[in-house]
Amino acid sequence: MTGPNPLLTVENLALARGGRQLFAGLGFSVAPGGLLLLRGPNGAGKSSLLLTLAGILRPAAGRLDWHAEEPPKLHVLSHQPGVKPRLTLLENLSFWRAVNGPSGIAPQAALDRVGLGDLGALDAGYLSAGQTKRLALARLLVTDRRLWLLDEPLAALDAEGDTLVARLIADRVAAGGAVIAATHDDLAGATQTLTLGAA
Amino acid sequence: MSAFVAILGRDLRLAGRTGADALTLVLFFVMVGAVTPFAIGPDRVLLNTLAPGIVWIAAFLSMLLGLDRLFRADEDDGTLLLLRQAAVPLEAVVFAKMLAQWLLTALPVLIASPLLAILLSMDMAIWGKTLLALLLGTPALTAFGTIGAAVTVGLKRGGLLGPVLMLPLAIPVLIFGVGAITAADGSTAAVLFLAALSLVSVAFCPFAAALALRVGSE
Repeated sequence: MTGPNPLLTVENLALARGGRQLFAGLGFSVAPGGLLLLRGPNGAGKSSLLLTLAGILRPAAGRLDWHAEEPPKLHVLSHQPGVKPRLTLLENLSFWRAVNGPSGIAPQAALDRVGLGDLGALDAGYLSAGQTKRLALARLLVTDRRLWLLDEPLAALDAEGDTLVARLIADRVAAGGAVIAATHDDLAGATQTLTLGAA
Repeated sequence: MSAFVAILGRDLRLAGRTGADALTLVLFFVMVGAVTPFAIGPDRVLLNTLAPGIVWIAAFLSMLLGLDRLFRADEDDGTLLLLRQAAVPLEAVVFAKMLAQWLLTALPVLIASPLLAILLSMDMAIWGKTLLALLLGTPALTAFGTIGAAVTVGLKRGGLLGPVLMLPLAIPVLIFGVGAITAADGSTAAVLFLAALSLVSVAFCPFAAALALRVGSE
């Protein structure tokens, strides 16, 4: 199911929020080239699991083994895009490139990639929800990180946007990275599916 | 280092494009000075006696006005969550934002202080001491405010609670801030204590605020 040298191994993970246990005894591993889909009904803990993997939430039990001396830096695409109105699209991306590291492609190239190439000088406050999502996706490209955690990556996107996300994920996976995506939609190329909240 | 500069530069740029925030602080600071003589009366001796306290109260209250925005906008749009995966530690992120906050809330107050000096009929020597005291004391106010803002960022009405939380920490700054202005010539104890307070708080508060942000997000 996974390769011999996983990026991440999760063992016996349990998470509770607001006094309610979301899941327990969760275990999986993610190897380079893997696309893990998290599925489950609303409130099953998909987003919370992603936040736990990102180190934001502390698990009630269990262990995250990153197979490294310290947890690597990840890309997180959450419901809030981290996009600043009053900054242009290019300024937004340049900020994240400076903050996360300049190991990816240039901001303008990233905008071209997500179909916003002509809007670089536009105030990000004028973007539609779908365009804002594309800008958030462009943030993943300006810094090269192996593991992407995507929460509802297709939300607010049109059909062309869906194709774009599929292509970005395929490229990430093909480059030896891995993606964990919480989604209610279909994403091609999944190597594993984990269903939370299943009876 | 580039990440630190980027966070600092972005906060300054955003504030510059909004524009109104710094002006509101300055206006509030000057207004306190402008209305005080009307409330106290035209007694110049009394005004001179009260001026150091009035300046510090005006500076403290006007800096509180900008406190809530320190982390709030970044929390609301998800930036704060993403900054947890930045190439620099969260403590450095907090320090950069704290420095930006000082530049945006304390520096305008320092620049506007001559206007308040005129309104409160301070002489040049007292204004000089006031400027020095504000320069040395406001970093501590910003640092304590950073903790208050970090603790309350996840709360719906946190904007009200933050200033209340930082009040006990700010009292020594106000006491020694006024003391630095009213001290006899040659006495530097209050000035040195104020400087020490700022140095220690600026050094430690980013760690405390980062911890508060981590705990608050869980």
